[in-house]
Amino acid sequence: MATTAAPAPGQTPTAGGSYAAGEQTGIWSWLATVDHKRIGTLYLWTALSFFIVGGIEAFIIRLQLMRPNGQVVSAEVYNQLFTMHGTTMVFLVIMPLSAAFFNYLIPLQIGARDVAFPRLNAFSYWVYLFGGVFMTIPIFFGAAPNGGWFGYAPLTTMQFSGGLNIDFWVIGLQILGISSLAAAFNFITTIINMRAPGMTLMRMPIFTWMSFIVQFLLILAFPAITIALVFLQFDRFFGTQFYEIAAGADPLLWQHLFWVFGHPEVYILILPAFGLASEILPTFSKKPLFGYNVMVYSGIMIGFLGFGVWAHHMFAVGMGATADTIFSMATMLIGIPTGVKIFNWIATMWGGQIRFTVAMKFAIALVALFTIGGISGVMHSSPPTDLQQTDTYFIVAHFHYVLFGGSIMGIMGGIYFYYPKMTGRYMSEKIGNWHFWLFFIGMNLTFFPMHFSGMLGMPRRIYSYDVGQGWETFNFQSTIGVMIQGLGLILFVYNFLKSKKTGAVAPGDAWGAGTLEWSIPSPPPEYNFAQLPVVTSRYPLWDLKHPEMTAGLAHSGPDAMTVTDSHATPMHEETEYKNAADLGIPMPFPTIKPLFTALFLVLMFSGLLFIHLDLFPVALTIMIGCAAAFVGSLYGWLTSPLE
Amino acid sequence: MATAVATAGHDSHAEGHGEHVHYTSTGLENRKIAVWAFIGSECMLFASLISTYLIYKGRSRVGPWPHEWGCKTSAAVAKTRELLQGCSPADVMKPILDIPVTSQSTFVLLMSSLAMVLALAAVETKGTPLPAGAGWWDRCLASSKFWLMATAVMGATFLGYQSYEFTSFVHEGLTIKTNLFGSSFFTLTGFHGAHVTAGVLWLLTLFAIDVKRGLKGKTDVLLVDICALYWHFVDVVWIAIFTLIYLIQ
Repeated sequence: MATTAAPAPGQTPTAGGSYAAGEQTGIWSWLATVDHKRIGTLYLWTALSFFIVGGIEAFIIRLQLMRPNGQVVSAEVYNQLFTMHGTTMVFLVIMPLSAAFFNYLIPLQIGARDVAFPRLNAFSYWVYLFGGVFMTIPIFFGAAPNGGWFGYAPLTTMQFSGGLNIDFWVIGLQILGISSLAAAFNFITTIINMRAPGMTLMRMPIFTWMSFIVQFLLILAFPAITIALVFLQFDRFFGTQFYEIAAGADPLLWQHLFWVFGHPEVYILILPAFGLASEILPTFSKKPLFGYNVMVYSGIMIGFLGFGVWAHHMFAVGMGATADTIFSMATMLIGIPTGVKIFNWIATMWGGQIRFTVAMKFAIALVALFTIGGISGVMHSSPPTDLQQTDTYFIVAHFHYVLFGGSIMGIMGGIYFYYPKMTGRYMSEKIGNWHFWLFFIGMNLTFFPMHFSGMLGMPRRIYSYDVGQGWETFNFQSTIGVMIQGLGLILFVYNFLKSKKTGAVAPGDAWGAGTLEWSIPSPPPEYNFAQLPVVTSRYPLWDLKHPEMTAGLAHSGPDAMTVTDSHATPMHEETEYKNAADLGIPMPFPTIKPLFTALFLVLMFSGLLFIHLDLFPVALTIMIGCAAAFVGSLYGWLTSPLE
Repeated sequence: MATAVATAGHDSHAEGHGEHVHYTSTGLENRKIAVWAFIGSECMLFASLISTYLIYKGRSRVGPWPHEWGCKTSAAVAKTRELLQGCSPADVMKPILDIPVTSQSTFVLLMSSLAMVLALAAVETKGTPLPAGAGWWDRCLASSKFWLMATAVMGATFLGYQSYEFTSFVHEGLTIKTNLFGSSFFTLTGFHGAHVTAGVLWLLTLFAIDVKRGLKGKTDVLLVDICALYWHFVDVVWIAIFTLIYLIQ
């Protein structure tokens, strides 16, 4: 997947003229890159590739369920399909698509030249890529994980799930966790410490704010699943008894640990998309975001409350009235900050000069569709209602409205919005329109009928159903909806690939937006900002070009204009490509060491698999060998200078 | 996870470029913020491990137990030897946790935090001339090599105690497979031991650098500072583990 991304953005002739002279091209330049923009591009290509994989899985699932008593796949293959569809979409698609935007945008939005730790950033990407491949490969051998994306133990212990399927899942998730954690430490440091002069926290673009919150969710939520997975690995490989009910283990231990991670994870998936919508809506409404402060605080509130609602995934297990009540109330509470955001977006558009670009349509679709998903979410925050809905297609409808209607719609809007910044060319609006409407109609046709089939009692995860239960029409509609979405996806891929070469050339400020990333050429030069801008308000570029639009906003006085860095100057627009060396900006050296460090780490983990193939010496050799190689490449990495 | 911190620890812009200082928003070095974020994450990691231990406390179906007397041939459990009925002396399992021995290793580990503070102070004040008439003890106090090695040795001593403890438990019939107590105890303390091991290796690396070229100046202070943060954190976690697992019955 890395090689598909090989053509460098700088190779396309752009409005800004030739790309920076020092820029390298070819596969090597991608393998050894430590540039946050290139790493972001790699994340984007890789995650979109996995999106196609996850989409094909969904398509086969829907083909199987199109008619009663479907015969397309066997029950076992169906289990693998729904497990991998969920796992892929959550861990290999939406999270890394968000990571693509974190990488690409955070340094640009806060006026930095790179992330805090460029090589650690490359390491995160490679761990993600190798971990994703590790999890996806067994599909081709019919040994893909088959325990659901939530992997409930004791179902996933050796007693009930022998074979390598669950091993791939449990090891793969552990690997992906390392990638997410390393990236989160990096972005927290970047946002706290690398903002341009004058870029105070309450002037940061909302996307950066939401990303900031997400990084904290990541570092606080991932350890819980890490430990849950460690227990499961120990149970499976070393005979511990964490999930052994006969030994007195608590059958809910996994569920609690998983959902302590799993619910914040929901906000990890949605907040970046919220952030993207909060960039798109003001730009195409020609108005500053309504209620910026409230947007920030409600984001923080969502993140905070997100840690106190996990057991609403477990109402059906019988936790008792007290626990049910507390978690039910907390869940209802979290609807408030989320609702605030919806109203703020509507108020942002209210009275604005709206331009209905494709990006704008996706962002508006997010507001509409997420609201539907949010409302059904509030419905099952009530335990008695939830008991009717748990494990039915109603839940499937709910979380696809928030994850597809929310996250994917927001991310698609983000791709159309930032494509000109990344490549210097616009995506086709005409094809984009078709893509949008096919996605919008297909999405609603797929998931809305699931509310009804769920209410009629159709359970999740069943591989076939009998006639005469009133589910036929709804399932048929859902399958047709997926086909329409598939058409949309094909158009999107075509648009994405073709526009790189033939799209209309985009200037630096492609849409007339107000934040820092638009004040530099498209695609940005490797050093991002020749001179760091001194920021005095939330929309520095609008201050410069359309001061009337930001007249009502707070601006700092001249005292805050003190230039503290020799490279910083008052806010300005940059249009020229220069050479980093000419500008005297030290750039990090490209290095392949993070790639090797990541590779050996993943190989070390995969050595565990041989224990279950009864090849203990092989397992030991691989793990010790790779551990030594890992330490060696880490040592090489840490002892070589950065720039 | 030790990886993440180690890489973060050295991936600095400023290293080797004393003349070119990057602008930062807070004035703090990037690595210091990253280590604090890492420690925040580690808190959740140990919180998950410790909660699991506490949830599983008293749920084991067979012995040995941490604080109670048990019997190999029956399900009898009792708080004291006298209360244990109908168990032949050969089958008696005594409480497995040895608080006096672990108190010694706890003391050593906590004292290592003091040595770590002195190591950092020694690097910070390096280059300051010693007072007139300074003796052996003053030179020792100002030696970063001495205190780095002392911290590492105390960490290693703690690990020595832990391996002695683990081995004796296995001899008394408690392994990671025996019961819920064994599984959660060995996993929790093993995770902590792995963190101490990573810390000892980190300290020895700093010691090696100190021997090779001498730790000195602002960037080197930071190098020791972030290791110290990690080391104190590992100590603090042990205080929680020692109190919750060993002392509270």
